Amino acid sequence: MRPSKIQWAVIKVIVFILCLMPFLLLLMDTVQNQLGANPIETLHFRLGDWALRFLCIGLSLTPLRKLLKQNYLSRFRRMLGLYAFFYASMHFLVYIVLDLSLSWESFVDEVPKSPYILVGLLTFILLTPLAVTSTNAMQKRLGKKWKTLHKLVYVAGVTAVIHYLWLIKTLTVEAIFYASLMFVLLAYRLFTYFKARAMYF
Amino acid sequence: MLFKMKKDILAGEITDKLVFQNRRKIIKAATATAIASFIPASVSAKIKKYADIPFGPYSASLQVTDVEDAKNYTNYYEFTTNKNDATVLSKALKTSPWSVTVEGEAEKTGVFNLEDILKTNPLEQRIYRFRCVEAWSMVIPWIGFPLANMLKQFKPTSKAKYVEFTTLYNPDIMIGQRGTALEWPYVEGLRMDEAMHPLSLMATGMYDDELANQNGAPLRLVVPWKYGFKSIKAIVKIRFSETMPATAWNKAGPNEYGFYANVNPEVPHPRWSQSRERILGASIFTPKRNTEKFNGYEAQVASLYSAMDLKKYF
Repeated sequence: MRPSKIQWAVIKVIVFILCLMPFLLLLMDTVQNQLGANPIETLHFRLGDWALRFLCIGLSLTPLRKLLKQNYLSRFRRMLGLYAFFYASMHFLVYIVLDLSLSWESFVDEVPKSPYILVGLLTFILLTPLAVTSTNAMQKRLGKKWKTLHKLVYVAGVTAVIHYLWLIKTLTVEAIFYASLMFVLLAYRLFTYFKARAMYF
Repeated sequence: MLFKMKKDILAGEITDKLVFQNRRKIIKAATATAIASFIPASVSAKIKKYADIPFGPYSASLQVTDVEDAKNYTNYYEFTTNKNDATVLSKALKTSPWSVTVEGEAEKTGVFNLEDILKTNPLEQRIYRFRCVEAWSMVIPWIGFPLANMLKQFKPTSKAKYVEFTTLYNPDIMIGQRGTALEWPYVEGLRMDEAMHPLSLMATGMYDDELANQNGAPLRLVVPWKYGFKSIKAIVKIRFSETMPATAWNKAGPNEYGFYANVNPEVPHPRWSQSRERILGASIFTPKRNTEKFNGYEAQVASLYSAMDLKKYF
């Protein structure tokens, strides 16, 4: 049985709310003063974690769709990608507004000394055009170029993981988990790409 | 005709003036009693072990960090790399009885009971700044005794150029030691003149009370002009040596964590700036504080490093 149009709309709203939950919980903790001794760090890290998680989830959809033969999964690609961008934006905003207190002097001092922040900024810059061109209208307008442009998400996946690995003091289980997951997700693309080309030879 | 008599207010119905004026206090006290009655006696009856310890020299008159923040936000990789989880994970650690092994270039070596060490080292309170290499800071009222006092009791020989400290190694309880976040056991060290400096403190308590397990109970080092990782926790061994000890973070990242690890805004960590620090407990809209050279103790300790290039010996 295939869901009707209305059922799809309901499902999408549910997924939308689920994806917003981490943000709402964080907001609740903020209002209730439950962010711990270093609230800015908590906000910053939790938002960053979710940006990376949504990037991973978004990049898992296509492999999962093919492996499980569940075509409906591709319906959520845009929403999850935009959520990755949303959490990345909030992560970026917390850094600029709260951590640096909007101080240009601090920005100029801290960012060049921190290669991992530069890589984080690069990730955010890579994701921005993808978010901007995520509408149907833009997709139509860009035609074939749209697909090429959106391959940037693979680069962003790599830089996001580098950003993470580069900032931690010692290797943690979480870091290894995200790095391996991203490796598998991108290796899958390389594999399918070369497999498709090999057929011509 | 009956006149409706205005009823007099009975004296007993009038709230006593004193009671009225103190109504807020009384309600507060009553609420506190009501809440306290739900807390098991063992918790509420716990008296602070080190109340009324006199202030020692070098104690700064700074506003101290909220006790819960200071207690529960701690790097203790022996248990976890998560700063918020050490409190729970370190509960199982037994800190009494505790002994410290003294080895190396000293006349009085051997195993010493902590109790005996404390008998000959009177406690004092010192409010110090605490600056983490991760660029956050606290102000902590430590209870302890000058490290120099204790070290002198072991009579270090002229060969003793450095002193090395080692944390307990017990992976059954210190579950972080089962992993490879650092090379275990944790080792830290000081040059002899740094160790003998009157600012260097051996702490057994903070905030008028015994050290909590997650804060390094029962015995930890506090070197306020150095990054927090120098202030080693749960010390079981002290070794006097002629050569510079190989310290835990220095081994993990020799180009990132130096042996000296003096707080210095002019020498950035290779991956981040050390110019500023986040003061814990401040509002989220408070800008970071400019980090001071030697964490504000420049006047006291700069002479220890007068002939050294601090960029090279970071």
